[in-house]
Amino acid sequence: MSRILRRRELVEDDWVTLGDAPPGDAESVIVPFAAFRENRAQWLARSGRLGVLLAPADRVEDLAPDLPRLSLVALHFTGPGEGRGYTAAKLLRHRYGFTGEIRAVGHVKQDQLYLMSRVGIDAFALAPTEKPEEALATLERFKVAYTPGAPLPGLTRERFRAARPTTGG
Amino acid sequence: MYRYDEIDQAVVDQRVAEFRDQTRRFLAGELSEDEFRPLRLRNGLYIQRHAPMLRIAIPYGLLDTRQLRKLGEIARKYDRGYGHFTTRQNLQLNWPQVKDVPDILAELASVQMHSIQTSGNCVRNVTADHLAGIAKDELDDPRPYCEILRQWSTLNPEFTYLPRKFKIAVTGSPEDRAASEVHDIGLHMQRDAAGNLGFKVFVGGGLGRTPIIGQVVREFLPLTDLLSYCEAILRVYNRYGRRDNIHKARIKILVKALGIEEFRKQVEAEWESSKAFATQLDMAEVERVRAFFKPHPYERLDDIDAAHGRELEFQTWYRYNTRAHKVPGYRAVFVCLKSHGSIPGDMTSEQMFAVADLADRVSFGLVRTTHNQNLLLADVKQTDLYEVWQELRRLNLAFPNIGTLTDMIACPGLDFCGLANAGTLNVAKSIQQQFDDLDYLYDLGDIEIKMSGCMNACGHHHVGHIGVLGVDKHGEEWYQITLGGSVNGFTSLGDVIGPSVRQAEVAPTIQRIVDVYRAQREDGERFIDTYRRIGLKPFKDSVYVQNSAAA
Repeated sequence: MSRILRRRELVEDDWVTLGDAPPGDAESVIVPFAAFRENRAQWLARSGRLGVLLAPADRVEDLAPDLPRLSLVALHFTGPGEGRGYTAAKLLRHRYGFTGEIRAVGHVKQDQLYLMSRVGIDAFALAPTEKPEEALATLERFKVAYTPGAPLPGLTRERFRAARPTTGG
Repeated sequence: MYRYDEIDQAVVDQRVAEFRDQTRRFLAGELSEDEFRPLRLRNGLYIQRHAPMLRIAIPYGLLDTRQLRKLGEIARKYDRGYGHFTTRQNLQLNWPQVKDVPDILAELASVQMHSIQTSGNCVRNVTADHLAGIAKDELDDPRPYCEILRQWSTLNPEFTYLPRKFKIAVTGSPEDRAASEVHDIGLHMQRDAAGNLGFKVFVGGGLGRTPIIGQVVREFLPLTDLLSYCEAILRVYNRYGRRDNIHKARIKILVKALGIEEFRKQVEAEWESSKAFATQLDMAEVERVRAFFKPHPYERLDDIDAAHGRELEFQTWYRYNTRAHKVPGYRAVFVCLKSHGSIPGDMTSEQMFAVADLADRVSFGLVRTTHNQNLLLADVKQTDLYEVWQELRRLNLAFPNIGTLTDMIACPGLDFCGLANAGTLNVAKSIQQQFDDLDYLYDLGDIEIKMSGCMNACGHHHVGHIGVLGVDKHGEEWYQITLGGSVNGFTSLGDVIGPSVRQAEVAPTIQRIVDVYRAQREDGERFIDTYRRIGLKPFKDSVYVQNSAAA
C-alpha cells in the first residue's frame, strides 16, 4: 500500500485503483471514467466507497449526476504542462459543491502543490521521486495570495474576494 | 504610479524564495531540465543561444527612476552593461547566469519589480497605450485596470498552466496604440448609453505563425465584471484550447474553430454559471488602484511654441520626437532607442542612469517603455524641452526619427535567440545605412517597418506597413517581405509580396518598395494609404522585375 498526502498528512492510501483483478465489493476503488461509464449501474450498486478518475479531457459536467454517490474524484495530471485539472477541481468544489476528496495523480510534484491546493485539491499521490516533507513545506511557503482560494495554514490574506467563500482543502 | 502594499510585496518576496529553492534544486541535479523548464519560464528565464535570457516585467510600461536605475545596475552587475526593451514593454537581459537569477529577482523585488510570468504558458505582462493618462482622446486611464489584471493573473491557481501563452492589452483611447486587436484579449474602454465606463472585449487576436485579428466577444462589459468575465474566457480556453499541437494552442485557434458566435455562447454561459464563485472586483478596489494614477501636480501653464527661434536641429527633433499632451504647457518626449548604428531597443546602463536623472528633474520621476521599443518622458514642461534635447543628444538618445522608417521594431533575432531562423540586427543596420538621409526619411513620412527573426513574430512583422520575416532556407538566412499591415486605427495583416530575398537584398528591396510609393502617392498620402489604394501589384511588379536574380 502506497502513501499519499491527504489534508497535509502523510497517510497510507486506503484506496485501490481499478486494475486487472476485480475489486471486492466492500473495497474502496477508484475507477477510470471510461470504465465507470461502461458499467455505471454496476459500479453504483457496490457497497464499498467509490471514486472516479478523470482524464484531462473528461468533462466534470458528465460526472455531475453521480457526484453525490462518490467519495473521491481523482484528477490525472499527465505531464508538467497539463493544466485542465485545475479548472476541473475548481468546478467540482464550486459549481457542484463536491465535498469529498479530490486527489491529484500522475505528474504531481512539489512545485505544483500550492496551486493545486488553492483550487481545492486536498490529496496528492506524489510522483515517486518526490520528498513528502519538502512537498508539505511548500504549502506553508505562501503567506498571501491575490485571488481567492481554498484556505492553507499560514496564508493569512487575499486581495480579491469570491462571491461565496471557498471551501475544501 | 502604483505602489506595492504589504500583499504585493509579500507576493514577490515569497516568489523569490520559491525560485531560489527551485534553482538550487536544479543546480544540485534534483530537478531535471524538463522539470525546471516550466518553473524557470514562469519566472522569465529562457535558456538561449549563448546564455540564459531573463525577461523582466515592466507592467504596462511604467517605471519610476529608482526602478530604471536598478535595471541599469542589474545590467551592469549581472550582464554586459545593457538591456533590450521589447515590444511588450519589458526588458530583456541577454547574458545573465542561471545561478545569479535568484539574486537578480531579489534585487528587483527590492524596488517593487519582478519577472513573474514574462514567459511560459500563462497570462503575461498586461500592456497599455504608452500615452495613457496624457492623451487628449482618452476616455479613462487604462493602467489601473492593467494593474488589477496583473494582480489577478499573478500566480492565479487555475490559469498558470494554460495550453499556451496569453497576452492582454488595454487601451483607453479610440486610437488603439496598444495593438490590442492582436492580443488574446484586447480591452477597449467604452461608455454605455447611460455613460457608465466599461470595456469592449476583443478575443482571439494574435500574430505568430497564424496571424488573426481579434473579434468582439462582448460589446460592453461593466468595469466591475472585468475579472469574472476574463475568468470565464480563460476557463473556456483552459478546458478546450488545444494541447496536442503547440502551433495550434493559442486561444485564436479555438475561437476560429468554434466560430465567434459559439465561443461567445460558451463564455457567456460559463460566466452566468460561475457568478456565485467568480473573483469579485468592487468599486472600492477600483478606486484604490485608480488613486495611484491621479494626474500629476501640473503647473498652470500656457502652450508655447518651444521650437520658435531655435536651431533647425532642435526644431526637427521637436517635430518628430515629441508629442502633444492634454495639459497645456506640457509635451511627451520620446527617448529614441533607434539611432542609426545602434540596435533597436538596446540601452546601456549609463544611458539608463542618465535618463533616470533627467526624468527626476523634468518628468515627475517617471519613465515609460513603448510598444515601439523606445522610452517616453511623458510629462515634460515645454520650457524644459531645449534642455532635455541637449541632454538626450549628449546621450545619443535624440536621433530625430520617431515615426519614420528607421524607427523600426526588431526582435533580437539569430544573434541571441534560440528560436530565430535568421538575423535581424544586421538587417536593421543595413536598413539604417540605406536610409541614412534624414530629409529623405522625413519625405517618406510615416512608414513602420517591423522585423521578426522567425514566425513566432516577436517583432510583429505581420502588422508592419513593411514586414520582414526571417526564414531558414537550406541553412541560409532569407527574408520574406509583407506589405500593408497595421495596428494603428485600422488593424490589418500584411500581404506577402513574393518569394523571399537574401539578407543583402532586404534593404535594396525596401528601397524599391518606397520608390513605388513615392512615384504613386497622392498629396500628403501615407505609405499605408497608398498601399490600400493601389494594392500589392505595382509593388510586386517593380520589386521582382529588378530583383529576379535574387528571387
